Amino acid sequence: MNMFKDAGHLFRVAVVFGVIGLAFLGIRVLLVPKSFGQYGHYRGNAMTEMAARPVNFAGHQACEDCHADVLEKKKSGKHVHVNCEACHGPLAKHVDDPGSVTPAKLDTAVLCVRCHEANIAKPKGFPQVASVDHSSGVPCDTCHQPHSPVIDGGEK
Amino acid sequence: MSITRRHMLLILPAAAIAWKYVLAGAPDAAPNYKMSEHWWGMLIDLPNCIGCGNCVRACQVENDVPDEYFRTWVERYHVSDYDIENPQVDSPDGGKKGFPSGKAEGGKNFFVPKLCNHCADSPCTQVCPVGATFISPDGVVLVDKTYCLGCRYCVQACPYGCRFINPKTSTAEKCTLCYHRITKGLTTACCEACPTGARQLADLKNPNDPIHEFLKTHDVQVLKPYMATHAKVFYNDLDGSVR
Repeated sequence: MNMFKDAGHLFRVAVVFGVIGLAFLGIRVLLVPKSFGQYGHYRGNAMTEMAARPVNFAGHQACEDCHADVLEKKKSGKHVHVNCEACHGPLAKHVDDPGSVTPAKLDTAVLCVRCHEANIAKPKGFPQVASVDHSSGVPCDTCHQPHSPVIDGGEK
Repeated sequence: MSITRRHMLLILPAAAIAWKYVLAGAPDAAPNYKMSEHWWGMLIDLPNCIGCGNCVRACQVENDVPDEYFRTWVERYHVSDYDIENPQVDSPDGGKKGFPSGKAEGGKNFFVPKLCNHCADSPCTQVCPVGATFISPDGVVLVDKTYCLGCRYCVQACPYGCRFINPKTSTAEKCTLCYHRITKGLTTACCEACPTGARQLADLKNPNDPIHEFLKTHDVQVLKPYMATHAKVFYNDLDGSVR
């Protein structure tokens, strides 16, 4: 058979290609993370890593476990559905260590106007004031209690 | 029959491929959280939005979002009575510090909070060349920052402009729907901080979630439905001029 007279050359080339192919597969196994392709064309462990991030906002449930008195006060007022951290800010550190990390006292003159300053685009039914006309800079908690803001005996 | 060199050449690649699956092992899932039981989305109840910017600030604190970049932001629309197709939109610093009062010029004025729509058919995940962004089995579009090259394909692909390149890490970043919170049974930081309940996390696979009743009884739309992205951020009472 003349055709296969020089088959030895072909065999050597095949061996070289085979070795390169094996090296590629070997390196690929080493470099591709274990969880790649677990759920799709991405690294499955990426989700576990993202889920492991610590939280900054503890969630209102954590606040209510200890501060039942404030919850009771809020129940009678318009702010009943406003979560604690909406005003007090993120306090997961306070939940973890209530003794040494204490929330800062809030400045109601700044805080209340974030929501209640009059704005053309706010829903019409939402209580809004032009703070300069309303109180000329006097802190809101001089008259209103933030946890239940209606003034006793006053207009609602 | 003895194993010749030729046989080895056939066996070794097959063994290498098989070994990869041996190494994969079992997933270390978060305790008590099964991805297959959730399909996350969000409800934005526009008539309740007061544009206070609490969500923007909360998101920045919770997720270390750099200044002047936003995973969520609030836009204010002014739709003139005479040109309803071309609304004026402003969003100073993403609405983080609130909005100027504005002049009474008539027309329609309202706020629209924006965030990643966590599309079920997301254009951004389809263009990623390296598998760094993906839809998780619980329906959240996420970025694996250890895999991201920062090539910006996804930033261009998002029809809602919800992605950016983090200047510190040079990787793509976006709303994760607070994946680290929702897997722990908490709501997102923006929903936690929203004082009026205008933003509500929704689990579409949970039959007891109030979202189902809400969708049945309200006039709810998604942004850019003609893009067929199957967005999962639902806007109640959305004006037709919002893009």
